[in-house]
Amino acid sequence: MSVWQTIRVAMRALMRNKTRSFLTTLGMIIGVAAVIAMVAVGEGAKQKVEDSFAAMGSNMLIVMPGTTTSGGAQGGFGSMPTLTWDDLRSIQTEVPTVKAATAVLRSTSQVIGEDQNWTTQVTGTGPEYFDIRNWPVSRGILFTQSDVDAGSKLVVLGQTVVDKLWGPSADPVGQSVRIRNIPFQVIGVAAKKGQSPMGQDYDDGVFIPVSTFRAKIQGGLKNYINGAIMVSATSADATSRAESQISNLLRDRHHVQAGTDDDFSIRNLTEMASAQQEGTKTFTTLLAVVAFVSLVVGGIGIMNIMLVSVTERTREIGLRMAVGAKPSNVLVQFVVEALALAVNGGLIGIAVGLIGAFVFAAKAHWPILVRVDIILLSVGVSGLTGLIFGIYPAYKASRLDPIDALRYE
Amino acid sequence: MALIELDRVHKVYQMGDVQVQALAGVSISVEKGEFVAVMGSSGSGKSTLMNIVGCLDRPSKGRYLLSGRDVSRLDRDALAEIRNRTLGFVFQNFNLLTRTSAVENVELPLLYAGIGTRERVARATKALERVGLGARLDHHPSQLSGGQQQRVAIARALVSNPQVILADEPTGNLDSKTSIEVMALFQELGKTGITVVLVTHEPDIAQYANRVITMKDGLVRSDQTQSPVEARA
Repeated sequence: MSVWQTIRVAMRALMRNKTRSFLTTLGMIIGVAAVIAMVAVGEGAKQKVEDSFAAMGSNMLIVMPGTTTSGGAQGGFGSMPTLTWDDLRSIQTEVPTVKAATAVLRSTSQVIGEDQNWTTQVTGTGPEYFDIRNWPVSRGILFTQSDVDAGSKLVVLGQTVVDKLWGPSADPVGQSVRIRNIPFQVIGVAAKKGQSPMGQDYDDGVFIPVSTFRAKIQGGLKNYINGAIMVSATSADATSRAESQISNLLRDRHHVQAGTDDDFSIRNLTEMASAQQEGTKTFTTLLAVVAFVSLVVGGIGIMNIMLVSVTERTREIGLRMAVGAKPSNVLVQFVVEALALAVNGGLIGIAVGLIGAFVFAAKAHWPILVRVDIILLSVGVSGLTGLIFGIYPAYKASRLDPIDALRYE
Repeated sequence: MALIELDRVHKVYQMGDVQVQALAGVSISVEKGEFVAVMGSSGSGKSTLMNIVGCLDRPSKGRYLLSGRDVSRLDRDALAEIRNRTLGFVFQNFNLLTRTSAVENVELPLLYAGIGTRERVARATKALERVGLGARLDHHPSQLSGGQQQRVAIARALVSNPQVILADEPTGNLDSKTSIEVMALFQELGKTGITVVLVTHEPDIAQYANRVITMKDGLVRSDQTQSPVEARA
């Protein structure tokens, strides 16, 4: 008897008892649907985290100045400016793994447009900033190094500020805004970037040349940077090396003795991102494990029903043997039945899982990511469970003695 | 040469500690085209004899030649093949697959013989026509009367063109009128050269055969040829 005929015999046997076949498959459907939906949601979460870290900037390090200690109370990082403008130039020129570096000075200030105003964060920085943060303009242009050198009163607005001052669809390029009563010409609008991993709105801010910031917004100290240095490494792999090279350079420049603490701190955002990713990966793995357990439970369900089915169909098996079925024919028929139940369950499960994932995505505004490899894996695993859990009942069926089987009541 | 040739066949069952001798040296030979009724009370060994003749079981001792071939020592696969090609079975409780059409039921032996779909359906249809059920090809067993169900079973036994049809109490679940119809069918088959071996405990049924073998305590007690009563439905 050919394989094709065996499959048809098995399918006919299953169709003879549709309700039971469906109920048997249910365990498998739920198992596979759970795998597909869980992994899609988990991968979506991972993607979300990756995106938000990518939005922060690529291969980014932040060098923060050191702490003050006054009367035993230690201030936080940044409470005492320890980084100098010379440090910045050294980082820019002397560290080979650094692609770009710039000072970032911040102050909260009121920005006044034509007839609206908005209090937001004013950032004084160099043109490298937008490169480090992967941040293009959606309208207009960015300021350049010569604008910084000249101390021009130019400003690039974040989208949120544009929304507040003019409305979402307005083009403010060429307009003028006042910051601390000083008129700045709007030359560009930074592309919408969304939220940081911590929920801060990146687009709520304006950017001006660092020289203008020091001259007009916040004077501060002459030699020291009253803010942080933002650095991008040449590649993601180079961030750790850049971190230690910058650390060595600054310790050397600041004459920090061996064995004492740094008077600055370096934050490696790539590391933070990968730590976050590890977290979501663990989460996804956990979900997948739970889901695969339910697949195995589904498989055991199939075995249960197949065992019942073999007992219930003892006479049928006896008859098949009497009219010429070899033990191997019976074995194959029951294995194929179990396999068909499992694979059909798997296919329905995929559909249910995908629908579930998309419904969840739509209702919970949660990104999902459908992974084809997981779908293929689910079909494979459900087929395998069908095979594994189908063999024992099928073997039992094939070992029946036709005389006893025919007489079975 | 006889079609069925049993030579001092013994069958011993081990029932726990006790050995039960179901057949104690049975020698029978049946020619092609004979219609044999095997009679005997329960425990006489007639069912065991049927199982051995039907290649469902193997003798413990002795030889069984089926159309000249010694089948008493074959393995399960070889026996399955002989049942498929040479033998046809009819049972007391019909043993049809439920929720399966008459044609599909009759096709079953051909399926295991590896015959293609088109030929299977054609032969199954022909077999059903031969037993007078040409109009009920697609009926399920639950839509057929007992007599019709037994005819489907007979068609299934016939479809592989067997040399021997073995019927185990084929009229046990049928009323007397339908029983006669079924016996008429068997007599007709006998005339076309098919050997029929029928187990029954009803003398009424045995009278339609042209030879009656009576079993007792695992031995043949009598073996008589008779002129059969013509079954008229």
